Amino acid sequence: MTEEPVEPETDAPAPTDEAPSEPVEPETDAEAQSAEAPSSDVGRELRVRSRRGFIVAGVAAAAGYGAWRLLDGAAKIGGVQWPLRRAFEFEERLTEAYFKPSRLSPTFSTEAITRARINGGVGLGPDVGAASWRLRVEGIDGRAPSELTLDDIKALPRNDMITELRCIEGWSIVVHWTGARLTDLMARLPPPRGTRYVAMETPGRGYYVGLDMESAMHPQTLLAYEINGQPLSWQHGAPLRLAIPIKYGIKNIKRIATIRYTNIRPADFWAERGYDWYAGH
Amino acid sequence: MMKRLEKKHPLAIRWFHWINFPILALMVWSGLLIYWANPVYRIGIGSHTLLKMTVAEKTYEKLHVAYRLAEGISFHFFVMWFFAINGVLYVLYTLISSEWRFLVPNRHSFAEAVQVLLHDLHLRREAPPPRKFNGAQQIAYTAIILMGLGSLLTGLAIWRPIQFGWLTALFGGYQAARFFHFWITIGYVVFFVVHVAQVVKTGWNNFRAMVIGVEVVND
Repeated sequence: MTEEPVEPETDAPAPTDEAPSEPVEPETDAEAQSAEAPSSDVGRELRVRSRRGFIVAGVAAAAGYGAWRLLDGAAKIGGVQWPLRRAFEFEERLTEAYFKPSRLSPTFSTEAITRARINGGVGLGPDVGAASWRLRVEGIDGRAPSELTLDDIKALPRNDMITELRCIEGWSIVVHWTGARLTDLMARLPPPRGTRYVAMETPGRGYYVGLDMESAMHPQTLLAYEINGQPLSWQHGAPLRLAIPIKYGIKNIKRIATIRYTNIRPADFWAERGYDWYAGH
Repeated sequence: MMKRLEKKHPLAIRWFHWINFPILALMVWSGLLIYWANPVYRIGIGSHTLLKMTVAEKTYEKLHVAYRLAEGISFHFFVMWFFAINGVLYVLYTLISSEWRFLVPNRHSFAEAVQVLLHDLHLRREAPPPRKFNGAQQIAYTAIILMGLGSLLTGLAIWRPIQFGWLTALFGGYQAARFFHFWITIGYVVFFVVHVAQVVKTGWNNFRAMVIGVEVVND
């Protein structure tokens, strides 16, 4: 099996290709003598061409299989063969170059809302309620880390959006989210100018995601405290989770305990398990 | 009767064809690893399902395609570039070399395709005309290129549904794009089965021409 195109020119015989109906020019001078080639000469010509054609085909197939074995057996970075990881990163740069924050995830009417499927409980921990919960923000420009209560978040402008949550598994649901824009929090507790990433973690760092700054600043990136008009349940990430339709569901981290601004590319739970770090739309 | 060799398939087209074969196989295989995570499609009318496009979980495991979503995505998003590049170069080649004239159907192709079909089903004695590609082939080989384009565009619409939101909307939304992406792939599988059956039926001389470029013609 090959996965890389072999250059058509490579060590292959190059018969001069003209109109298909034209007779084949013999390969050797001796054969060129016989314009009205008897069958035996045609047979010889065919044998020469067949041998060469099938040897080239065999070599190409072997080379392709070898390339496949190399790729499949390549050292892994974050659970995936390094050339595939590099491809993810290349595609991330392409997308970031093309990215416009004005491109929004489509929004829907309330009739389009689907059942809020429960999926993924990594890092949720025990259901202890919201009273003792605090959101810790680290890496604020020129300031010590700050701790906020849910009321602090609710004091920020309230936003509603009905958007599609696309799971990396291929299914999607339409959800009504209510919450504060992450950019509004970041305006109050700003990162240093030019900060590249935002990291988020659940209590005890059971689950963690990394976001590029443009996606974090996207107008549809919400710190959500309600789902479909109800306060978040424990399974949906109470008391505060991320609703980020510009990314796959895996980045919509539940039960956020820590937000950190950083210039070091943050670790990401699923990116360490073979998935694309960027995971963006 | 005089035997002679005649040029059939240009070198470039043979390379594009044979390079595409393993690439497309890898795309279908990695696509299956992805599909396993959400195998929702079916053939049916209304609520009546004729065939679910899935198998039992145990069968997925026996086929070694279960729990390999991350692997499927990473291979799919790597090999897709080679699929696209090889396809674009092929189309450019057929345009520049005028090979497209043999490949693109004309106004006679559809009637001829029906005759070819009837002949293949042994309902019509008369064989298709001895041209490079008959009407049925022209339709099939052009359709497969349009399907390739369809795979690339629906794939783009699933891959970056917000940055290419206009394209995703054109297909009727994210799930609709995924739906078309899946069924085009089933189309490849059907094409493959028919194509291989036809090649086997037509014989060695024809197959060999796709490797060495020339075929033996009896005058």
